[in-house]
Amino acid sequence: MADQTFSPTIVGFLCNWCTYAAADSAGVARMKMPPSVMVVRVMCSGRVDPLFVLTAFLRGADGVLISGCWPGQCHYKTGNLQARRRTALLTSIFDALELGMSERFRLSWVSSSEAPRFVRVVKAFDREITDLGPSPIQDELFL
Amino acid sequence: MPEGATSSAFTPKGLRTNQGADETVRQLLRSLLERGDVEAVLALGRTGTGEEGVAYSLFADPDAFAPDGDARPLLPFMPANGGGLLSRLTLGGALVRPVAAVIRPCELRAFIELMKLNQGSLDNVFLISFTCGGVYPLETAVDGGLDEGMRGYWQGMEQGELDAAVRPTCRACQSFIPERADITVALFGEEHLDRQCTLYLNTERGAAFAQGLEGTAVTGGAEHAAIERSRGERDAFREELFAGVDGGMRGLIQTFGRCIGCHACKTVCPICYCQLCHFDSPDCEREPGYYEAELRRKGGLRVPPDTVFFQLGRMSHIALSCVGCGMCTDVCPADIPVSTIFSKVAASAQATFDYKPGRDLEEEIPLRTFREEEFAQVAT
Repeated sequence: MADQTFSPTIVGFLCNWCTYAAADSAGVARMKMPPSVMVVRVMCSGRVDPLFVLTAFLRGADGVLISGCWPGQCHYKTGNLQARRRTALLTSIFDALELGMSERFRLSWVSSSEAPRFVRVVKAFDREITDLGPSPIQDELFL
Repeated sequence: MPEGATSSAFTPKGLRTNQGADETVRQLLRSLLERGDVEAVLALGRTGTGEEGVAYSLFADPDAFAPDGDARPLLPFMPANGGGLLSRLTLGGALVRPVAAVIRPCELRAFIELMKLNQGSLDNVFLISFTCGGVYPLETAVDGGLDEGMRGYWQGMEQGELDAAVRPTCRACQSFIPERADITVALFGEEHLDRQCTLYLNTERGAAFAQGLEGTAVTGGAEHAAIERSRGERDAFREELFAGVDGGMRGLIQTFGRCIGCHACKTVCPICYCQLCHFDSPDCEREPGYYEAELRRKGGLRVPPDTVFFQLGRMSHIALSCVGCGMCTDVCPADIPVSTIFSKVAASAQATFDYKPGRDLEEEIPLRTFREEEFAQVAT
């Protein structure tokens, strides 16, 4: 069983046009959710360079969340579909090297009107990461 | 569309000469230069008599391909990935006059990948490749290494057996039959390479350029039983090689623990084509605050930092296009099996997108395209 006092650090790359707005609404409506997501606002989930994700993990993030618009609803038409391909690539790299990072890495679709869904996504991801415990690479000196 | 590279009306032909493979290839290249079909030939050459050394060079003089000439087109070494060299030659614009290049299948695939990335031009590049039996690590090209063991190498070629001393990546290679050459020279698993040689003329241009060669027509393709058997052996070796890669972040740290950060792997990588690498750019210089924050957070850090970041980052950049040529391992001064790790990652990434680099010029590199309906399991 995971340490109950452990509160994970999740780096969340949220799309300006959807999830960021949803997160904002959730806050304004005072919906309860774990305080674990450190938000980085990006203009599109397609803006998230795989190197951002690697940087977050290597600097000790317990989880990384990318959240953008549903397919077909991207403000820039297809940025989210490109993000999905990059996510598939990164996951395949993590898995090939058995880094255990895939389960700490998530891509979610949350539209601007889906504040409750954003809360659900964060709660579920927070729960999973809490169960996994702190990222084992957090204390690695020789990265 | 490169001239003569694809012609639907053309039926590939086979030609068997009554000369050894080395003589046949030399004669072909010589006649290309003599007739003026090509301006020059890009091929391996010895960098001097009595001196050891092998380098790719452009040869314009037909005599270079005389039996005692400087050119050594079939020498089993790879001092640089020829695909990367062709890209550099054509980066500023297409060649004005045709140039023939004798390169290995992985070099050819790298060239095709680079074309997809707009790093050069296929126009006027005439591609000759061969069924490949691997190359020796470059470090063995000293103290007589260019001649020593060559008998054994060519005997192995005839029997379809790889020399255990070739690059590990060659022993694990599954793509040793060139896919897009104008002319394919059948070498691997072919009998009597000292007195006969089979060429496959895959394009109209290839057939036209081979006109001067005498021989008998043969049917079929470069594939045969010996190649199939070798593919199985190479598969098994590949499994073994991949199984030896230490997993987990600990494993990765251990593997790259002796990395000196010279970035030679990316310098020789044909796919790493950026003029300024992100990892050499000021973006990767850390500010004092970074060191302080890391020290406070985990009580120490490796200096210079970002060894694993560089390796993982480079994987994210090239995994889909990695052709497994093995240049990175060959040049690593710390003897890290870079290519083994990258090949393992590349196999996983390429399988995810059902993509094979260099297979087809028309096939988009996966990160440059997407579909509306795909990878539903990736996003929640």
